[in-house]
Amino acid sequence: MGRKLLLANDHVPGIQSYAVYREKGGYASVEKALKTMTPEAVVEEVKKSGLRGRGGAGFPTGMKWSFLAKPEGVPRYLVCNADESEPGTFKDRYLMSRIPHYLIEGMITSSYALGANTSYIYVRGEYYYVIAILEKAIKEAYAAGWLGKNILGTGYDLDLYVQPGGGAYICGEETALLESLEGKRGNPRIKPPFPAIKGLYGCPTVVNNVETIAAVVPIVNEGGDEYAKIGIGRSTGTKLISASGHINKPGVYEIDLGVPVEEFIYSDQYCGGILNNKKLKAVVAGGSSVPILPANLILKTANGEDRLMTYESLSDGGFATGSMLGSGGFIVMDETTSIVKNLWNFARFYHHESCGQCSPCREGTGWMEKVLHKIVHGHGEMKDIDLLWDLQRRIEGNTICPLGDAAAWPVASAIRHFRHEFEEFVREGHSVKDVKHYFETNNISS
Amino acid sequence: MEKNLQFKPETLKLIKEVMSRYPEGKHKSALLPVLHLAQAEFDGWLSAPVMDLVAEVLSIQSIEVYEVASFYSMYNLKPVGKCLLEVCRTSSCWLRGAEDIVHHIEKTLGIKEGETTPDGMFTLKTVECLGSCGTAPMLQCGAQFHENLTFEKVDQLVSDLKKDGARKTYFDEVTVTHY
Repeated sequence: MGRKLLLANDHVPGIQSYAVYREKGGYASVEKALKTMTPEAVVEEVKKSGLRGRGGAGFPTGMKWSFLAKPEGVPRYLVCNADESEPGTFKDRYLMSRIPHYLIEGMITSSYALGANTSYIYVRGEYYYVIAILEKAIKEAYAAGWLGKNILGTGYDLDLYVQPGGGAYICGEETALLESLEGKRGNPRIKPPFPAIKGLYGCPTVVNNVETIAAVVPIVNEGGDEYAKIGIGRSTGTKLISASGHINKPGVYEIDLGVPVEEFIYSDQYCGGILNNKKLKAVVAGGSSVPILPANLILKTANGEDRLMTYESLSDGGFATGSMLGSGGFIVMDETTSIVKNLWNFARFYHHESCGQCSPCREGTGWMEKVLHKIVHGHGEMKDIDLLWDLQRRIEGNTICPLGDAAAWPVASAIRHFRHEFEEFVREGHSVKDVKHYFETNNISS
Repeated sequence: MEKNLQFKPETLKLIKEVMSRYPEGKHKSALLPVLHLAQAEFDGWLSAPVMDLVAEVLSIQSIEVYEVASFYSMYNLKPVGKCLLEVCRTSSCWLRGAEDIVHHIEKTLGIKEGETTPDGMFTLKTVECLGSCGTAPMLQCGAQFHENLTFEKVDQLVSDLKKDGARKTYFDEVTVTHY
């Protein structure tokens, strides 16, 4: 069993409360940073740790922080991206609802490092009960002197607020999130300028995922070098994986980066194997946006090496034979799953969530959904498969934000690895077997 | 237009508190949270007069409210039942039987997705991923997530909600039962 950092105390009774969290050593990183380190030294530790953005993009956090502009007299902001909406991802909800003070501690330490005196946690609106948990924890932190004026007598001030979203996947994109936080529609901004130069209210801003900010706590406590000892190569530290789909033990697992995929799926320590003793068919390893891989390619790379849960190993082979670690939203599909129907499900999602700003995405996502609807409902033609391929190719790379790419990749990978299933659907239409009647076929309900 | 539409004093107090969370002159940032408060106070949806009231309270133009309210999926621009059943339909929930759950609710309530029961008690809606994939299938009603659904659990929920009879909002107290 790998070590646990973020989830070391997640099952301690009462860990939601300040008293228990503090008793378990909580807020030590704030004490250490504010009393014994300069902000630059905190940034340096994060750089040394090799921590990479846990929201999906995997960009080195220390580098992102070092890009933050610091003009005199202009406020800087830290905004936590808790808009967790990538299908298959639920780790941030788990962390926030289970150990809310962990995120708050990370926010204080990180805000200090960045010189921010006002910070926001932008939480997707559907998580209103999580917002209530966070608000309560923030009140406790203010009362205990970890937030507000002159924290620990160091002269450092910080106000921390929670902001609810309104229900929009696109607000997970950092510039759309900032627009939303300013009270506008979540239309992503053209970059550059990047938020590090011009972010919230036109001021220098860092936007980081919940898990990224939480990881700053052990990095400051143990030191960046210690954190970097965990993992393999440029995939350092631990990662929260949200495991779902046809597995025996869905849930959030904290793994050392580097665990073999096969072990993650079949070990009782993690997913516990495929539900109902069925065979593994495919995995979407990093949230709905990353390429789907068939069983053989998710377990082994094209070179026959064991596929590992790292940024590098999951992307080994590029999009031809690999995928991405993404947000760690690990969706497992058994042999009964119709890849075509699942793709229609994804396509509908991206069409629903496209903000409508760029025409390739606005029109393309709807078009792909329609073509897939046609195929799934038994009216498809062989040329529709090529049309789908052509559509995704024309969306990818031609939009302001990555939602276009995110909509294109699942389509491209499904056709690349499962073209025969599309052809079968076109030939046989309605009669294709799938998981549609899950409850009946699995005898789960009366 | 209803002329005397007003927020309750305690809601107004809350709105002022929310507005104080942003820097001087940036109170438009309060729009999303205030729309949630407005929806909870005025029967679960945002009519044009309610949106105009929000604009007035925040000293912004009505159009700035309309364009935001129409962008986000949680704001209802039409009346909804007291209990809005939002069933997740995206991948992981679909893999674990979300379609069956939707059909079961349709059969139980005698309505189709998107419709409201004649007594105004339930509206059935399918929504995109709610971040509850490990406890699929699931639905949200008010602030509460109902997870690992089975037909029996759905039947129990519907019966409980009927008995309770109250409107569910995102601000309801939640019993956290997950994990």
